[in-house]
Amino acid sequence: MLTIAGHTFRSRLLTGSGKFASGEAMESALAASGSELVTLALKRLMPDSAHDDILSPIVNLGLKLLPNTSGARNAEEAVFAARLAKEALRTSWLKLEIHPDPNYLLPDPVETLIAAEKLVKEGFTVLPYCGADPVLCQRLTDVGCAAVMPLGAPIGSNMGLKTRDFLRIIIEQARVPVIVDAGIGAPSHAAEAMEMGADAVLVNTAIATARDPAEMARAFREAVICGRRAFNAGPGTVSVGPASATSPMTSFLDAL
Amino acid sequence: MSFYEQWQQASWEDTQLALYSKTAADVEKALRAEVIDHNDFLALLSPAAAPYLETMAVKSHHLTRQRFGNTLSLFIPLYLSNLCANECDYCGFSMSNRVRRKILSEDEIRRECEAIKSKGYDTILLVTGEHETKVGMEYFKMALAVIRQYFSYVMFEVQPLSAPEYAQLNEAGLNGVMVYQETYHARTYARHHLRGKKADIRWRLEAPDRLGAAGMDKIGLGSLIGLADWRVDSAFTALHLDYLRTRYWRSRYSLSFPRLRPCTGGVDPVMPISDKELVQLICAYRLRFHEVEMSLSTREQATMRDGLFSLGVTAVSAESSTQPGGYSQPADALEQFAIDDTRATPEVAAAIRRGGLQPVWRDWLSGW
Repeated sequence: MLTIAGHTFRSRLLTGSGKFASGEAMESALAASGSELVTLALKRLMPDSAHDDILSPIVNLGLKLLPNTSGARNAEEAVFAARLAKEALRTSWLKLEIHPDPNYLLPDPVETLIAAEKLVKEGFTVLPYCGADPVLCQRLTDVGCAAVMPLGAPIGSNMGLKTRDFLRIIIEQARVPVIVDAGIGAPSHAAEAMEMGADAVLVNTAIATARDPAEMARAFREAVICGRRAFNAGPGTVSVGPASATSPMTSFLDAL
Repeated sequence: MSFYEQWQQASWEDTQLALYSKTAADVEKALRAEVIDHNDFLALLSPAAAPYLETMAVKSHHLTRQRFGNTLSLFIPLYLSNLCANECDYCGFSMSNRVRRKILSEDEIRRECEAIKSKGYDTILLVTGEHETKVGMEYFKMALAVIRQYFSYVMFEVQPLSAPEYAQLNEAGLNGVMVYQETYHARTYARHHLRGKKADIRWRLEAPDRLGAAGMDKIGLGSLIGLADWRVDSAFTALHLDYLRTRYWRSRYSLSFPRLRPCTGGVDPVMPISDKELVQLICAYRLRFHEVEMSLSTREQATMRDGLFSLGVTAVSAESSTQPGGYSQPADALEQFAIDDTRATPEVAAAIRRGGLQPVWRDWLSGW
């Protein structure tokens, strides 16, 4: 069971609601994923309009909402979006995203820390999207974030765990759940993150832009379960050198 | 150094020569390259790439879907005024054209906003002719204050302004500005822009620099296809974008590729682009710039538009009226140019869905 801020989830797969071809495609994929926590961009929501293709399907499935501040370019805009999200969706849970660079959409560590501290004080349950920087994750934990969401690779890149070695350090030092976000392009990437000991992963593009999003969502669901099971089972160590019956380098010890 | 200096150093003739001497081998190298540089882009833009159109289209489609998802944004233009103090021989608003002139009043703007809002739009492009004294900063601020009450994301396509003016409008809630260069060929530019401030090519070329310095969220570039050799103009547009995106890294960029359309008193294109070549251009842009937004207007006919929806384009307009007041009170003889795709918004949205894409109406928070 995954516990974030006292809330328990059976699924360790978080999903997103962007990039789907239709509301129906999203609904079937989310159902197949088994995910219980779904992020959605506040900037895309049109709750009072006939064009709401995002919120209704998530509500229909009874999933917990994790509004995000995608599009915000600084702490001020993120805080503004967070307050709107709380009012519009009646949840204090928030995925904090601040990316001033519209090209790779990489998170701004300075603004994220400022916004996180402010929002935690306002009573939000803050899950910040951040670079795979172990010190930054410590600082975000210090100001009261409920989890950290370091990236595996740039958003939407499907490149996998390019930040692998730093993710290991973050996981080793973690005092709150570590959710690997962004860059996970295949179920094998998700499984790898889970085997490393990540508490959860968030996957959007890889599911939404698959030829068959529901089938891909199912594949991710199973990969996350497998990865976690392997982590729990305690994988054997990888051998570091050639196995040898004789020990030419240390045989002198026998003569002593 | 602004783009003006870089533009002065870049030779039109050398670029043209480079483009027309590209071979199939150059195109294949570009298609295999992991990172496509400007030289590869020239190969993809060249006549030698014509036989590779399908390969380029497949790549462009995949890159666009990965980056932007299975979605397509919708926007609509709102023409505020057709007054113009320029003499441009390809435009219906041109000063010497004897057409009825109109500037929308605050009440008329409100009526237009309500008419547009009822169609579902939340992103709007405000268009005016260029008339500094009657349609200048004061008017823009008034219009912006009204329009911001209705729409989350507001863009301008008006005369180039100064850096402090752009900063003021940014502060007042303007999100994006399109400043199409029309052509990067100096002599052709001079030939088509006969009188008025638009005749000053430097003022226009440096407008995106001023926008970047003012921190505008979106900056739109493009050349008017038909005025000069479109391949060379597109190569210069790409240079311009490459220059801007490294300097003003917080802004996003949008490309347009308007084809010259019939209008009152208009000229014929000297070098038209075929439909196939337009597809090649869009795909070449996408292969070079994975992240750039590309918008498509109703200048293009419906079949062409439906095909382009999945090939690299990221934003489309629909049901556009190119005359001030055209949404609440349609009238003849005021339009800037004749549109081609005249389908109503729900029909266009249905066509987008049939293409396997979700129409996106809102992608911004009003208040940012």
